[in-house]
Amino acid sequence: MAMEGKKEDIYMISAIVEHKPGVLYSVSNMFRRRGFNIESISVGESEQPDLARMTITIKGDEDTVEQVVKQLKKLISVVKVSILDPKNTVSRELALIKVNTPDARIRSDVINYTEIFKGHVVDVAHESLIIEITGDTDKINAFIELMRPFGIREIARTGIAALPRGMRSTRME
Amino acid sequence: MVRMSGARALVEALKREGVEVIFGIPGGAILPVYDVLYDSDIKHILMRHEQCAAHAADGYARASGRVGVCMATSGPGATNLVTGIANAYMDSSPIIAITGQVPRAFIGKDAFQETDIIGITTPITKCNFQVRNAADIPKIVKTAFYIASTGRRGPVLIDLPRDTQLEEAEMNFDEKIELRGYKPTYDPHPLQVEKAVQLLIQAERPVIVAGGGVIASNACSELIALAETLLAPVATTLMGKGAIPEDHPLSLGMLGMHGTVAANYIVQDADVLLAVGMRFSDRSTGNIRAFCPNGKIIHVDIDSSEIGKNIKPHIPIVADAKKALQAIHSHLIEKFKRKERSTWLSRVQELKKIHEEMIKSEGDGIKPPALMAEIRRLLPNDAIVTTEVGQNQMWAALYLKTYKPRTFISSGGLGTMGFGFPAAIGAKVACPNVPVVDIAGDGSFIMTEQDLASSVAWKIPVIVVVLNNSVLGMVAQWQRLFYRRRYSAVDLKGIPDFVKLAEAYGAQGFRAQSIEEFRAAFKEALNSDVTTVIDVPISSEENVMPMVPPGNSLKDIMLS
Ligand SMILES: Cc1ncc(C[n+]2csc(CCOP(=O)(O)OP(=O)(O)O)c2C)c(N)n1
Repeated sequence: MAMEGKKEDIYMISAIVEHKPGVLYSVSNMFRRRGFNIESISVGESEQPDLARMTITIKGDEDTVEQVVKQLKKLISVVKVSILDPKNTVSRELALIKVNTPDARIRSDVINYTEIFKGHVVDVAHESLIIEITGDTDKINAFIELMRPFGIREIARTGIAALPRGMRSTRME
Repeated sequence: MVRMSGARALVEALKREGVEVIFGIPGGAILPVYDVLYDSDIKHILMRHEQCAAHAADGYARASGRVGVCMATSGPGATNLVTGIANAYMDSSPIIAITGQVPRAFIGKDAFQETDIIGITTPITKCNFQVRNAADIPKIVKTAFYIASTGRRGPVLIDLPRDTQLEEAEMNFDEKIELRGYKPTYDPHPLQVEKAVQLLIQAERPVIVAGGGVIASNACSELIALAETLLAPVATTLMGKGAIPEDHPLSLGMLGMHGTVAANYIVQDADVLLAVGMRFSDRSTGNIRAFCPNGKIIHVDIDSSEIGKNIKPHIPIVADAKKALQAIHSHLIEKFKRKERSTWLSRVQELKKIHEEMIKSEGDGIKPPALMAEIRRLLPNDAIVTTEVGQNQMWAALYLKTYKPRTFISSGGLGTMGFGFPAAIGAKVACPNVPVVDIAGDGSFIMTEQDLASSVAWKIPVIVVVLNNSVLGMVAQWQRLFYRRRYSAVDLKGIPDFVKLAEAYGAQGFRAQSIEEFRAAFKEALNSDVTTVIDVPISSEENVMPMVPPGNSLKDIMLS
């Protein structure tokens, strides 16, 4: 869908969807079928019990993102779609990272870094730690790069959740 | 609230939606519904293949403007509907497909004849529902009909696990439906209308392109009124054929790959192009980068995702075609001063003459363009013509003029061989008092000919004209033109004798070797109360012309 020579950016889209079976399928199937590239997608309950919020990050040019929004809106189970302005959006991701800690020196290095990044050690075993870290994507990527030399065993990331700042709203009224 | 089974609730809900006829085939997972249909006053027409049931519902919907209904059992019954559902989706035709499903407890266990029809049809339906509780059935049916028949129309599927059909529940048929995620925009934005009017007023060479949306929203008289005020010629897409009578002086015929010279040239030369209810499909635009190079485009569509998808218009208008055309016309009339357009319009007439010349046939045997013109002469104006896919379809689109909306029914977006005949059956059920003719190719007709049985059994007489070239003609044409005549896999050896085939089903069969023989056979068919197949042998070397080779601009048009 990307048109030639257009500038590609990362866009964040917030979608309020009906909280029922099959909705994630119809959304992800639409992305696949139209060839839109999702960078990350996260789904969870919203402020209203029967609605869920999806936060989708996608790479593309302006025209592509406009199409993504329209195609999302076209789905009957999608109730509201907003493009989030990065300047006025709080976005967070959570990652769990299991790191090798074969000796005490490495272990204390890992713990030090974790403190600097305001992360938490959430599991301790003889030869590994699990670190929980929250932040925007750049921060998490930076932390992962720091951990890499120690030997990362496993990573689980939630994908981005985002809300606009202040009185701006993506709420379904 | 009334207590009844899910199956009874389904049939009751269908009745409340005004359903009079269902096209379908029963099976184990939908038996409880068929048991209720046994003494219902809804007519069930037993088709001989579920694909035909879906196409018949589609033909019914296109001919009548109402929602068509088809029904099948789970598993293979449901998957056989898929082509028909996809076809209806591509052409925005409102049908409801009802499928049986294995009982709830068996779902996901790969039970006998279980198939994930919800998963399969998600990308080819406007939306679909699997019934979880019998009590939801009335609301689901109401919602399904509402979604299918509003906004940009399209198919909706309802999947009913067998035990939900048997389950008794308190049914509420008056429950209001609320759809937070579905609110079609009907009224055009006044500012956009104003901008469009400004452009149209200044235009020197305004052209309108009408798509299927004009017919779907019953906007044909509004279209013609605006065209006449502006003195703007009108081209149509395949789906828009019939939006303006093709004998109207401003009608250009169809545009695109097999468009008329007039439509393709005039559209390319437009300085303002008003596109209504169409989606700039590649078959209509040719090379999209070279499309209407100097024109400003106003794009009206009810589906906002169509706007900017293939082409970026100067003025987008998300609205119902009828409301948009009314709004544009009423604003325009206040300020519009007729412009001198005689040179432009005489060019239109000149280019149209080229088309008329192409109908004149020379040489031996029946020439398809002349045959199409002959069929038109023999048919009343309100007769319905359906087509199969291939050369037959393009000959019909080009040379069989359409005078009224909903009288030309063809598989546009999906290009489904085998569509025309079952669609003709559906159209005839919707409009029993007009002749219905399927213009067929031999290859397409054998894909769904088994439903000669249902057309005979249910006394639904249609006329099938088989342009019998003994090849997959359109594919052969491409091989002739673009693959150095390497005719790979197009020879239809073993094609049956269509006269005998018809007779074997209890239908009527004729063979016509000349236009005179054809005329006699066709007249007999028109007076007959049984389905007639007319086999018309034609040369396998014919090309449908004009043609724009794929990837070219609309003006790079071949005439022979
Ligand atoms: C179901 C299906 N299969 C294959 C095709 C590809 N196809 C397009 S036209 C065509 C040939 C059609 O042959 P016929 O029905 O004899 O019509 P003709 O072109 O000869 O008029 C084929 C195979 C198709 N459109 N639909």
